[in-house]
Amino acid sequence: MPQVSLTVNGTRHTVEVEARTLLVELLREKLRLTGTHVGCDTSQCGACVIHMGGDSVKACTILAVQCEGASITTIEGLAKPDGTLHPMQEAFREYHALQCGFCTPGMVMSAIDLVNKHPNGLTEQEIREGLEGNLCRCTGYHNIVKAIAAAADVMQGRRSELARAAE
Amino acid sequence: MNVVAPFEGIGASVRRKEDLRFLSGRGQYTDDINRPGQTHAWILRSPHAHAAIQGLDTAAAKAMPGVLAVFVGADMAADNVGGIPCGWQIHNKDGSPMAEPPHPALAIGKVRHVGDPVAVVIAETKQQARDAAEAIVVDYAPLPAAATMEQALKPGAPQIHDGAPGNLCYDWHIGDRAVLDAAFAKAHKVVSFETTNNRLVPNAMEPRAAIGEYDAQSGDYTLYTTSQNPHVIRLLMGAFVLHIPEAKLRVVAPDVGGGFGSKIYHYAEEAIVTWASAKVKRPIKWTAERTESFMSDAHGRDHVTKAELALDAQGKILGLKVHTHANMGAYLSTFAPCVPTYLYATLLSGVYVMPVIYAEVKAVFTNTVPVDAYRGAGRPEATYLLERLMDVAAKEMGLDRVEFRRRNFIPVDAFPYQTPVALQYDSGNYFATLDAALETADWKGFEARRAAAAAKGKLRGIGISTYLEACGIAPSAVVGSLGARAGLYEVGTIRVHPTGSVTVLTGAHSHGQGHETTFAQLVADRLGVPIANVDVVHGDTAKVPFGMGTYGSRSLAVGGSAMVKAMDKIVAKGKRIAAHLMEASVEDVEFDRGTFRVAGTDKTKSLTDISLAAYVPHNYPIEEIEPGLEETAFYDPKNFTYPGGCHIAEVEIDAETGKVSMVNFTAVDDVGRVINPMIVEGQVQGGVAQGIGQALLESAIYDDQGQLISGSMMDYTMPRADDLAPVSVATHTTLCTHNPLGVKGCGEVGAIGSPPAVINAVVDALRDYGVRHIEMPATPAKIWNIIHGGRRAAAE
Repeated sequence: MPQVSLTVNGTRHTVEVEARTLLVELLREKLRLTGTHVGCDTSQCGACVIHMGGDSVKACTILAVQCEGASITTIEGLAKPDGTLHPMQEAFREYHALQCGFCTPGMVMSAIDLVNKHPNGLTEQEIREGLEGNLCRCTGYHNIVKAIAAAADVMQGRRSELARAAE
Repeated sequence: MNVVAPFEGIGASVRRKEDLRFLSGRGQYTDDINRPGQTHAWILRSPHAHAAIQGLDTAAAKAMPGVLAVFVGADMAADNVGGIPCGWQIHNKDGSPMAEPPHPALAIGKVRHVGDPVAVVIAETKQQARDAAEAIVVDYAPLPAAATMEQALKPGAPQIHDGAPGNLCYDWHIGDRAVLDAAFAKAHKVVSFETTNNRLVPNAMEPRAAIGEYDAQSGDYTLYTTSQNPHVIRLLMGAFVLHIPEAKLRVVAPDVGGGFGSKIYHYAEEAIVTWASAKVKRPIKWTAERTESFMSDAHGRDHVTKAELALDAQGKILGLKVHTHANMGAYLSTFAPCVPTYLYATLLSGVYVMPVIYAEVKAVFTNTVPVDAYRGAGRPEATYLLERLMDVAAKEMGLDRVEFRRRNFIPVDAFPYQTPVALQYDSGNYFATLDAALETADWKGFEARRAAAAAKGKLRGIGISTYLEACGIAPSAVVGSLGARAGLYEVGTIRVHPTGSVTVLTGAHSHGQGHETTFAQLVADRLGVPIANVDVVHGDTAKVPFGMGTYGSRSLAVGGSAMVKAMDKIVAKGKRIAAHLMEASVEDVEFDRGTFRVAGTDKTKSLTDISLAAYVPHNYPIEEIEPGLEETAFYDPKNFTYPGGCHIAEVEIDAETGKVSMVNFTAVDDVGRVINPMIVEGQVQGGVAQGIGQALLESAIYDDQGQLISGSMMDYTMPRADDLAPVSVATHTTLCTHNPLGVKGCGEVGAIGSPPAVINAVVDALRDYGVRHIEMPATPAKIWNIIHGGRRAAAE
């Protein structure tokens, strides 16, 4: 069986996998990082989005063996070691941008990459278009869009802390 | 120590307690659970809509690497496993019961829809199970399929079940036909309308999954499953399918990633993995791939309806006649028969005074996935019919559509209001929600916006829907008389611990609704315990005494009421203990948010003083009062609750492409008392998104051979972020008069009120093209054909 060595959330792993194993299967089944979800079988839903070398990637579209030497961050690796949430996680809570929570890890990972790729901020329409690859069935996206805009302000230094959502 | 800092009780937009685990990847959904020694199941499904199984050879599959077992329908039958039961029996017009054909968990002799389970492979890994399933040889003899209700009802149509002649499940009616005919005879005008309510795939983001586990030593079974109601699954599967006593069967529904109705029902896979786990003596996990979800999760809607509305010369409604065909799919899912009857026809009065209604509903078997309740369940179908009909009728009467509605509204002073179709509305103010929505949406300013859009080459339209629905199902005696095979109360336990923290056990189940927060707020409000010290436990039959689960926006109205009732008992007992400790008479003890006080004095005891005394009963009237501070209550609702309101949609159509863009959406809903405004707003926004999806994007399409054409997320159009516009949500409250919280329910209003508002807006945008109606989903292709002429048939 092929072997793959990769770094996930700062920890190096060497794992034996079947050649057909997808990255998301490696994460969920071998490393038991079950925060990354599988919501479809056609790479449409984005529940499995992780960061690979800082870029968002659908972990269902890449074979584990293609990840040799890669540095991967999953939802479990976002918060600081002391438990402090990433501003995007915090914004999702503040703006009620999640309900059942199933799409949330992929949505948060996509959103962070989206913000990072727009250093000067995003319009509402840019956020909506940037979420093309992520499906949510619960929220109607409205609060997700607001959360991303608020988190972007913090991540890019336009605000020092998250604005409170309206009561 | 309980210290209430910021206000966390009823009315506070408290941030959700459950969010932290979901945001950090620590949620525990069924597929995240791995049991020691776990094996994996793969289910072989029929590729045919209708076929006889002439032979089934599993020998090669059994010899494949890693395979522990392969089972087929005959194996389950040999073990006396029952079929998947239906939970509601409807009676025909003549009083005879509906046709209720057998529904084996694994097909026996015949398959009846694409996706019908035929065999299960149990192997060490999912991949091995899947590989082995490909080695099963099934000798199918394909039969002609009835993919649509029209095909199924034709003379000489393929017979799907031996026990359902003509593929008819039932032929049911409600209302007084003779009174209706008399009303129609004196009508000034009768407006006719036909429509199809498009078939939808619920598509909760978490695919269904189940883990069955059998403990050979104790004989105990555990099922982990993606369910909205674990106790109902235990009841149905234990009593009717596998014949396992409740005490030997634990059902756990852990974190569940959305349901929208599709996870109410008892599904074959739950029974298969539970039964098979005792065969292979190992835990078995099954997780649906999304393609399997499309062809095995119950679908929603799928009605074909003809309606006639009789009006007098002033535009007052005289009567409504409705004839509906409702698709049941190939088998009866758990609640399917009640959806087009008691959740649909009984709602046909809407928010209007209708002297008489007569509705007949034929439920039809087809070679498609079973159809059951999906967000709103019957009520969206009724609302869509009525609200399109109101627009069509207003136009044909030459009346303004808002004025026409207002003219027929149930007056504010008419409550309680008895409709001609069984329901009695307790409260509502449809004028108030209408006025608020018109104001918020700037209805008056619309023509200027239309003109501005036209100047840019866009067709802009505005549409309104004034709706009502019934939630909080429902008094057990009433539903029992209507054919329900279960009671529909809810159960709540309040456990006050020795140091005053609280555990709530509820039979309702949260799969996105935020119960862990909202229910904790009820406790904070009543008992004065901060929500950080309140733990809400749900979803496990081993922990929660009993329950009927979450659907039909019933969790707060019924489940919350059970908690209030249990808290009443806690307070009553607490007063007796407090009276003893403060040497007062019980009648003199008052209680308010955590403090017991002797009336008119400064003598007080905190809830913590009382709970400590109850568990450490040194100074305690132990002969008169049992130690401990825990109470359970069963609450049976006295009526449905009736949320209602007004939705206004504003759209813009690109005439070049026919694409509809949502530019504005306003929802003003009366959901009764609001516990957490942030959560209510989120529920409405999510419901509206699904309603817009139905109106513009979504449709489950079968070809005439019964193949599901829109069977993946690449083919079935789920709403994405850029398909939707911001939704302005407001509430206007009239209290429910018959439950202790005054709550009505908010989970479904969005999906019920919005589809007709959107289609009314699309038709309004196309008013220059002579369009009377456009069927959902209003796709660019349909609209382009209307705009670009010659093919107007597409609209009708």
